[in-house]
Amino acid sequence: MEHATASPHALHAGTTTGLDNRKIGIWLFLGSEVMFFSALIGTYLLTRAGTGKPVELFRADALWLITANTFLLIGSSLTMALSLGLIRRGNQIGFRIALFFTILLGATFVFVQFFVEYPKLCSEGLWPGSHPVFCAGAPGIVELSGEQLQTLRSFGSPFYLLTGFHGLHVTGGVIWNLFVWLKGLRGGFSRENNAGVEFAGLYWHFVDLVWIVLFTIIYLL
Amino acid sequence: MQTTHSSNLRKYILVFGGLAVLTGIEVGLVIFVQLANPLPFLLALAAAKAALVALFFMHLKDDTKWFSAIFIFPMLLASLLIFWVVFRG
Repeated sequence: MEHATASPHALHAGTTTGLDNRKIGIWLFLGSEVMFFSALIGTYLLTRAGTGKPVELFRADALWLITANTFLLIGSSLTMALSLGLIRRGNQIGFRIALFFTILLGATFVFVQFFVEYPKLCSEGLWPGSHPVFCAGAPGIVELSGEQLQTLRSFGSPFYLLTGFHGLHVTGGVIWNLFVWLKGLRGGFSRENNAGVEFAGLYWHFVDLVWIVLFTIIYLL
Repeated sequence: MQTTHSSNLRKYILVFGGLAVLTGIEVGLVIFVQLANPLPFLLALAAAKAALVALFFMHLKDDTKWFSAIFIFPMLLASLLIFWVVFRG
């Protein structure tokens, strides 16, 4: 029987290279995600270079909301790392609590992004295109004209594309972690068997890493 | 390299502290300092934060270098792509 020498916490892991095949698969998947987000980031940067950024929508007081949301996601990365560390110690209760908070913080991040930040930006004129079709329900949508309108319309599409896809990735991560947590509640993980937690963690830390980049290039620059 | 479980947990908390401090510096630079050209500073801070997450939370520091290669290669490719798209001609 072959064993994954690089992952002492995997049980019966298949391998032909000495590395856990599942772990190689996860890293290859993350590599493909790097290319995916790079394409969106390139599109955003190109559009931004051409039409500029509606800086009045990302002024200091608006930054506090997204900064708080950033701390939520970074905090969820900590709790995710702690959950893996705790299950590797055989601490089932600690693992479940830490993973629960990971799910809670991640879900809060998504809620704030889609139901607080997006409606606020919609109402200030930042639409995902030339028509406020995705802004339906946002309070008091303003009507603008001229150069300000042109900047908003051009900026809106890549902005919502980039942050929206990231938000969907976080949503997917929350759902993945929920399944891991439910399996953990049924005793599906242990000190010897926790590779599933590690793989979910790798994906979760990756979405956090992407947000670190997006937060800087979209909101701070 | 074998590390104790408790030191791993402490390490994660320290990394989170580092991420929080770096984020605070980033936001402080934008809101309070308001540099004429904050680009190099903000990119450097973002790179430092990304490195902390990749090395410690994603365990690239302690894991086989093959995983680092699988992850870093597309990043290099993506950086070249973005550089070419944004700065060409």
